[in-house]
Amino acid sequence: MNDTVAGLLQVALLLAALAAVYKPFGDYMARAYLSTRHWRVERALYKVVRVDAESDQRWSTYAYGVIGFSFVSVVVLYLLQRLQTVLPLGLGRPEIVPSVAFNTAISFVTNTNWQSYVPEQAYGHLVQMAGLTVQNFVSAAIGMCVAVALIRGFMRAGTDRIGNLWVDLTRTVIRILLPVAFVFAIVLMGLGVVDSLSGGITVTGVDGAQHTIALAPAASQEAIKELGTNGGGILNANSAHPLENPNAWTNLIEIFLLLVIPVSLTRTFGVMVADRKQGYTILSVMAFLWAAMLAVIWWAEAHPNGPAALLAGSALEGKETRFGIPGSALFADSTTGTSTGAVNSAHDSFTGLGGGGAMLNMLFSEISPGGTGTGIYSILVFAIIAVFLAGLMVGRTPEYLGKKLGRKEVTMASIAMLAMPTLVLVLAGIAVVLPATGAALTNPGAHGLSEVLYAYASASNNNGSAFGGLTVTSDWFQSTLGVAMALGRFIPILAVLCLAGGLAAQKKIPPSAGTLPTSGPLFASMVAGTVLLVAALTFVPALALGPIAEAMS
Amino acid sequence: MRSGLLKQTAAGLRMVLLLTVVLGLAYPLLVWGIGQIPGLSAQAGGSIVSVDGKPVGSSLIGLNPVAKDPNNDPYFHTRPSATASDFSATDDTKLGLADNDAATSAPSNLSADNPVLVAQIKARREAVAKREGVSVDQVPPDAVTASGSGLDPAISPAYAQLQIARVARVNGLSVEQVTRIVQDNTSGRGAGFLGEPGVNVLAVNLAVQAAKH
Repeated sequence: MNDTVAGLLQVALLLAALAAVYKPFGDYMARAYLSTRHWRVERALYKVVRVDAESDQRWSTYAYGVIGFSFVSVVVLYLLQRLQTVLPLGLGRPEIVPSVAFNTAISFVTNTNWQSYVPEQAYGHLVQMAGLTVQNFVSAAIGMCVAVALIRGFMRAGTDRIGNLWVDLTRTVIRILLPVAFVFAIVLMGLGVVDSLSGGITVTGVDGAQHTIALAPAASQEAIKELGTNGGGILNANSAHPLENPNAWTNLIEIFLLLVIPVSLTRTFGVMVADRKQGYTILSVMAFLWAAMLAVIWWAEAHPNGPAALLAGSALEGKETRFGIPGSALFADSTTGTSTGAVNSAHDSFTGLGGGGAMLNMLFSEISPGGTGTGIYSILVFAIIAVFLAGLMVGRTPEYLGKKLGRKEVTMASIAMLAMPTLVLVLAGIAVVLPATGAALTNPGAHGLSEVLYAYASASNNNGSAFGGLTVTSDWFQSTLGVAMALGRFIPILAVLCLAGGLAAQKKIPPSAGTLPTSGPLFASMVAGTVLLVAALTFVPALALGPIAEAMS
Repeated sequence: MRSGLLKQTAAGLRMVLLLTVVLGLAYPLLVWGIGQIPGLSAQAGGSIVSVDGKPVGSSLIGLNPVAKDPNNDPYFHTRPSATASDFSATDDTKLGLADNDAATSAPSNLSADNPVLVAQIKARREAVAKREGVSVDQVPPDAVTASGSGLDPAISPAYAQLQIARVARVNGLSVEQVTRIVQDNTSGRGAGFLGEPGVNVLAVNLAVQAAKH
């Protein structure tokens, strides 16, 4: 069987698996958020934490919760790292310096999982489990909470209440993330993913030389790393490491896991707004962008044009034998289309067009299909902008899902949409004129610019993958990438929650003859068009100097 | 506003601490505990391979063996590695063909238009062709490119094929014997279409050593 046919069958199997769980899992998540009943374990948890699970919150209270929870998460994670040398299970690994601890704390709390360290040499197992694994769960959950709050804004009418953060957070963790992660942790382990509390094992190789093989409690973190669209490897090579991703089966399972929640949340959305076609329309936009970028990346990697790849005969630099080109392209497209950022191959060594495709996937604001929760709320922001633009063209008050889109709604949607491009262009622009940046690059010319652009695109979108050749340990990169991650996460979240509050307060307006239908192919193309237009207007000049210049040369 | 934020932050702190116990201790330790049961313990332990009770490697990790006499090299070799002691991303004479390091993991991150990578690939093609006594055109792509992890356990069937004649000669085995060893340790695509075929380097080297005795 040739590579292309095998690769297409692999994509078909992935899509079949996603299609099979789409309705049941999407419906299950909707029930989790709509149910008025608490599970016994949840009630016990509310009691210990002393929160009132029956009170519905205003958007501002909900936002205080998100900000407060994330802030203490950063503090706790920072302290855990800094105290590694005195806490148990540190494996004798060295002190984590403040700049790394700061960057990593923000990185994992914002669901980015950008990594400026070599995990198997930097972190002991306690920081990995009690610090990073915890944030793998809760940062994913926070994204889903914000998405659900926005959906409630559309569902509800004439109220200033959008839900209870602590209930949403607890249910996301207890009913959705934990059970799925647990099952897949065991499945992945059965298929070869390591899960050991030892720091490493010494072996005597066939040539008689002694080697240490790093080990880690990987399976438990691997499952939630993908399921929660986190992406931070417990080993440096991430999902390219054979102990994190041992074979083609685990590779496909990991890709499935990182797509399943963002994809199924479109069903959850459709169920919650009581119009499933709305969910399918949103899903079709996500699927179109995902498939288009997969075609670009796959084609580019299978038809390399760089001199090194041409000399070698194939673009295998940075790719693992067991995944090959199709398995690497499929992973790269899915990890950058979601906010995962796990990698099973070195994106820095991709062709100009292939690496550029991965970057563009992030610069679409990560909506194909986006991160857990972040994907659906980001694309709903684009849908709002699309309705607004269409309303301008025909001269009527725009409305979406029975809600008027007035000045406040459009302002909030614009803030949510423009935060990321502003951060990317301003910070990358400053970085490239700094004299020290030249020395931080591994690759010269246009590709060097791509390394910097990719870094800020990744941080501002909370993706976390990298063109790894960029050395990011300087104070400039540690601090500005940290700021990009924090603002790229919380500006849209605050805008979206404010939007949710405004929408919930409105009365429902029944659709009239002049209402633009927001399900079906026409509206889907308008949303996709808006995404492409915004990305093109903001990023074409930068992309032309980086990946496009490399691809054309 | 201030009291609302403080109150929610305090609740957030209690939540973080409780969830740290549940998700950061109970969950990973439960998964680890399940990994101790037979049927899972080998994988959870890192798929370690032992010979005569001594660990010689992991079936998932490609450690590149180093020949004592480069002119009589008895081993199948892994792909070049960015973790190797002789690798540098800035020096095109450092090729990553020596012993690699599984205490860490890394790709080279070199781009396809980087002159360093072009020079490295050129030199690797020559080095591998010389070692195997073939022309540079016969050297397959995976033999001259560093993998994503630096620890790729597999090589392509083509690269294994290229090494058979030398390995057979140096070890005093027949080409047929070594060919059979390679075939026995070649894994096809999962379910016929997932991933790529590959030859496990540790497995073929161990089988060659066993065949010698």
